[in-house]
Amino acid sequence: MTVAEQLKEALGNRVMRLETPNPKRVYLTVSPEDLVEAVRFVWQVLDARYVIVSGVDTGSQIELLYHFSIDRKDTFVSLRVFLDRNRPEIVSLSSLIPATEWIEREIWELLGVTFTGHPNLTHLLLADDWPEGNYPLRKKTDGA
Amino acid sequence: MAHKRVVIPIGPFHPLIEEPEYFALSCEGETVVDVEWQAGCMHRGIEKVSESLHWDQVTFAVERICGICSTSHPIAYCNAVEDLLGIEPPVRARYIRSIICELERLHSHLLWVGLAGHFLGYNTVFMWAWKYREPILDAFELVTGNRQHYAMMKVGGVRRDIDDEDTLRLKKILGEAQGKIEMLTAAVLDDPVLAARLKGVGVLTPEDIKNYGAVGPTARASGVDIDVRRDSPYAAYPLVEWDVITASAGDVFDKAVVRLLECRESIRIIEQCLDAIRGQKGEIDAKVREIPPGEGIGHHEAPRGEVFHYVRSDGTNRPVRHKIRAPSFVNIPTFRASCIGQTVSDVAIILAAVDPCYCCTERIQVYNRKTGTKEFGFDDLLRLSREKTQRIAREMGT
Amino acid sequence: MGLREKALKKSLWVYHVGASPCNNCDIEILDCLTPRYDIERFGMVLVGSPRHADVLLVTGIVNRKCVLRVKTVYEQTPKPCVVVAVGSCPCSGVLFRDSYNMAGPLDRIIPVDIYIPGCPPKPEAIIAGIASLLEKMR
Repeated sequence: MTVAEQLKEALGNRVMRLETPNPKRVYLTVSPEDLVEAVRFVWQVLDARYVIVSGVDTGSQIELLYHFSIDRKDTFVSLRVFLDRNRPEIVSLSSLIPATEWIEREIWELLGVTFTGHPNLTHLLLADDWPEGNYPLRKKTDGA
Repeated sequence: MAHKRVVIPIGPFHPLIEEPEYFALSCEGETVVDVEWQAGCMHRGIEKVSESLHWDQVTFAVERICGICSTSHPIAYCNAVEDLLGIEPPVRARYIRSIICELERLHSHLLWVGLAGHFLGYNTVFMWAWKYREPILDAFELVTGNRQHYAMMKVGGVRRDIDDEDTLRLKKILGEAQGKIEMLTAAVLDDPVLAARLKGVGVLTPEDIKNYGAVGPTARASGVDIDVRRDSPYAAYPLVEWDVITASAGDVFDKAVVRLLECRESIRIIEQCLDAIRGQKGEIDAKVREIPPGEGIGHHEAPRGEVFHYVRSDGTNRPVRHKIRAPSFVNIPTFRASCIGQTVSDVAIILAAVDPCYCCTERIQVYNRKTGTKEFGFDDLLRLSREKTQRIAREMGT
Repeated sequence: MGLREKALKKSLWVYHVGASPCNNCDIEILDCLTPRYDIERFGMVLVGSPRHADVLLVTGIVNRKCVLRVKTVYEQTPKPCVVVAVGSCPCSGVLFRDSYNMAGPLDRIIPVDIYIPGCPPKPEAIIAGIASLLEKMR
């Protein structure tokens, strides 16, 4: 079974969208509520390596991509979730994967996403007196 | 093997600054009980800068993320854009990419050996390692025009060719470097004081590696067999013979062993690549003209581990989003696992063992957990580290 | 002893400040200490505290988190002192000049006496810049 097929079988109708632009890249869209279960499957069952989380302001939503690598199969699995741009919130993964503690702080300060349950959501890269509400990676939109 | 060990006090280059601190360690007595990492001294907003640059300009920008891993970011970025495009660079360009990347691995590992020697009080090791590093930088200047920031990578290929004469000159430089690197390797591996000093120190288990997503020699020293060059073949790595180096104890000693033995493999790779392009002609550029909408992921095994780049295009001439993850971002947090329970005198070398960005090493402060007062600055940690080395040397009668 | 007399009679004490550099200039500065370049023959010594420094070597763009530290170091350095901007970053900010985290170039934060551009400047260029400083002082 390919990685994409394994994901479809394990996650069933939690899979909102599955894109494979080439055999080594799998982009799987799930709802924020299903993120933890998807991460558990990829990181624990498939034993993928956690790589990083990236976020982007699409203008209408905040999109997060959780990147994992299945090294022995030369395949990246990236879990995509969409958050409400006006109130972007999602559960923190830091109690499951310790490494996510730092990137969640970075995404919080650069994009304004709240990671609920994070033990220490404080500035990582920016100065402590950085103006509140100023998220450098947000796109400039009219009236925003 | 006989070698000199002379402690030459060279005034500390890692100056003590009172604030702000970047690593705050709490200690009880001599034992580290907690670590808090505060980054940000280097943050220059490159990901945002990328969004205002053309796709071709981005390679120049990302070179400057870190001076030591200068070519690692451009090649990972190029891999990401080429993933989006679904193309591979021409074969000759692939060989040249590996030559540049492996030369970088050599210079970076030698730099690291020198700094580690400095932290332990082996300042002759520092001087030797950096002296033998100079010919590698000469090799870069010969081929690319610059000792650092080589500007060799471009989307679809490389920017400059290497002619036959230069392949012979490079081979000569490598031949001379090889003997020196073998000597350094033997000096480190055979030294009983270093073994006593570094074995069992700063251990990371395979579980730690998984929890932190650690990569590179930091991971391989713990027996985690991952290497982007073999797992996701790119450039010339699938075209030449070489071995991934792993160890098993996960301590500082094994991290040093992995890096030193990787230098041998790098020389092997470069020589095969030089032989492959000598006397041949070929394209070095796929001549990419447009980046259509889409997204791409690229990674590369930098000296410190996997560099990961993600790019998104909307069809215009600039990236919509460019996410960059350097290996130090996942390796430095392992400090929490490798330092807690260790003594303060080992902190400097444990941090150095994951080979973080040089600047990040300057900023360690150690606090007494009970009183909250600052007990040690980085100068103190260096001093404690060197004193421990000397103590061990005395006990062993060397 | 005044700065000029020190330059004539003793070693100049140099303190390095990394203010958001990429490390290349820092490595080239350290390279100046190694046998091939051996800056100590010019009578220069790297010191561990700004309170003893005659010369400040500053690298990096100076990001917003570093501004206070750079100013504090400058204040702690006894006057007169010479400030040297090493590398194109403290000279102009180069590609980071419009970044949201840019607070430099260096001469917006503290007075600068010598600019050594380059990305990075070779050790020869760094030494030439500092040697010309010594010439001026002598």
